[in-house]
Amino acid sequence: MSATQLLVTSDRGRRRSRDRRRWTLKEVVFHVVVLAILIVILYPVAWMLLSTFKPSSQIVGNAELLPRDVTIENYETALGGIGGVSFWTFFQNSTILAVLSVIGVVLSSALAAYAFARIDFPGRTAYFGIMIGTLLLPFHVVIIPQYIMFNAFGMVNTFTPLLLGKFLATEAFFVFLMVQFMRGLPRELDEAARIDGAGHYRTFWSIMLPLLKPALVTSAIFTFIWTWNDFFGPLLYLKDPDLYTLPIALRLFVDQSSSADYGGQMAMAVLALIPVFLFFLIFQRYLVDGVATQGLKG
Amino acid sequence: MTVDTLAPPAPPEQLTPPPAPRRPRRRWEDIRAGYVFLAPWLVGFLLLTAGPMVASLYLAFTDYNLFSPPQWVGFDNFVRLWSDPDYLQAWKVTAVYVLVGTPLKLAAALGVALILNAAFRGSGFYRSAFYLPSLVGASVSIAVVWKAMFIDDGPVDSIQQFFGFPAGGWVGDPDKTMPMLILLAVWQFGAPMVIFLAGLKQVPHELYEAASVDGAGPIRKFAAITIPMLSPVIFFNLLLETINAFQVFASAFIISGGTGGPARSTLFYTLYLYFRGFRDFQMGYASAMAWILVLVIAFITVIFFRSSRLWVHYAGDEGR
Repeated sequence: MSATQLLVTSDRGRRRSRDRRRWTLKEVVFHVVVLAILIVILYPVAWMLLSTFKPSSQIVGNAELLPRDVTIENYETALGGIGGVSFWTFFQNSTILAVLSVIGVVLSSALAAYAFARIDFPGRTAYFGIMIGTLLLPFHVVIIPQYIMFNAFGMVNTFTPLLLGKFLATEAFFVFLMVQFMRGLPRELDEAARIDGAGHYRTFWSIMLPLLKPALVTSAIFTFIWTWNDFFGPLLYLKDPDLYTLPIALRLFVDQSSSADYGGQMAMAVLALIPVFLFFLIFQRYLVDGVATQGLKG
Repeated sequence: MTVDTLAPPAPPEQLTPPPAPRRPRRRWEDIRAGYVFLAPWLVGFLLLTAGPMVASLYLAFTDYNLFSPPQWVGFDNFVRLWSDPDYLQAWKVTAVYVLVGTPLKLAAALGVALILNAAFRGSGFYRSAFYLPSLVGASVSIAVVWKAMFIDDGPVDSIQQFFGFPAGGWVGDPDKTMPMLILLAVWQFGAPMVIFLAGLKQVPHELYEAASVDGAGPIRKFAAITIPMLSPVIFFNLLLETINAFQVFASAFIISGGTGGPARSTLFYTLYLYFRGFRDFQMGYASAMAWILVLVIAFITVIFFRSSRLWVHYAGDEGR
């Protein structure tokens, strides 16, 4: 991992100084090749977006991107909701879950990371090893007993099973990310705070947390997007359509709409992805650098 | 991510020891604060990871349907698994996906990373754009779109007809659902590509210059410099992507309409586990499946780390 830890941004200055130069043949070839790949890669996204403005009958039967007749009826269908539950209910459920998950993950991971990175107490190394071990553990081995437990507590069909782990720092990846970040912060800060009479709580809250901001932002963005896109958790625990998040609502919509209504399905797919696209546009630097330096999966 | 690349926590003794008389109090404070800060994680680990792991190990040796108490059956679940044709099919589907999909995805990631590494104007933009599919690829939305692209007379069918291939969508054809899902995996090459790019930037330029002086061509340079220098990153990507590939769920679930079909061609391990555990409520059987998956992934991880000594090149450890 640390082999990948370098600043991808470091070449920006170098590139900027080249901007005035004339285009070389090599550079033109480069752009032609990369643009060709880009068109292939982004074709599905473009096709999805543009198809939502076509009447369903025009979606199949051709590979064209641009709609011949523009319509917004697909969006009307999608926003109409399913089985008496409004689209906005699903949107609201997804938002509540994602926002609470962000708060839970950021808070609990930062607390755990401070213990791992900055407090000297017996057993710390062993706990850290265990935490790293959970990174590689497939979640399938815990879902069945977890389900049995939440079922016994009457928590199936509530948001609790989807949120509890987030508030208990079970997303080891973010704990690890913050530990790595904190280890890079100078120890002198803690020492100075201690000499000034600050205890661990004060040091954590007033010194570490503000400095940890880049790692907190990266964790928050990834948590939001992963929670927003999560399918398995809501599929297991949410039974009542009033509680559905967008991914499982979309699945229900696909199951219930007639198989020819690809327009409506894709309109809802697009609507479900809009927040993710917005996050991507706003925070792409954080996202891509988060992957480059920490190997966060997409 | 990987256990042995982590720097061990700095030995605390070396860091400005507190004044001797205060030491006992300070130490007690540290222990207390340590457990207070670690409390959420510790509770989460015991309640949601360790406890459930022990429970599922027990359940793997029982018959349990969530409604009546578990019945101890010994190794019965494990014996039955090996004569369950659906289970064997699930392994086959998953193995093909992992063994074909992962190398293709990493090859695409490395190939595009090598091109982008030229670092011309616009490289940053391309890097972000190529990353986008990784961010959305596992979502239900993309699975819905992917399915729509590969239906009869969908865009892919139109293109293949245009080039004179036999007509027909891929969604209903058991021989083509796997290629379709592998394409979806390869489409998400952006995340490993970003990691490869970061690794490529660390290869010292002097090595290439020295090789040029010695008369090495581009292929020789790639094989003798790029690949060895990049091997820690290749190792990291390979391990991460392999483990992730075992856990694909949403795309297969949506594309098969929640069936694992047609003709069980998308019956991934995770899908079958879900069916057994949460559709048929055979929770003992599903727990046995989960434990076999854990052991297989653990075994693969160990093999990766063992073999890494033979092919992963850590250049003087200066990267750590």
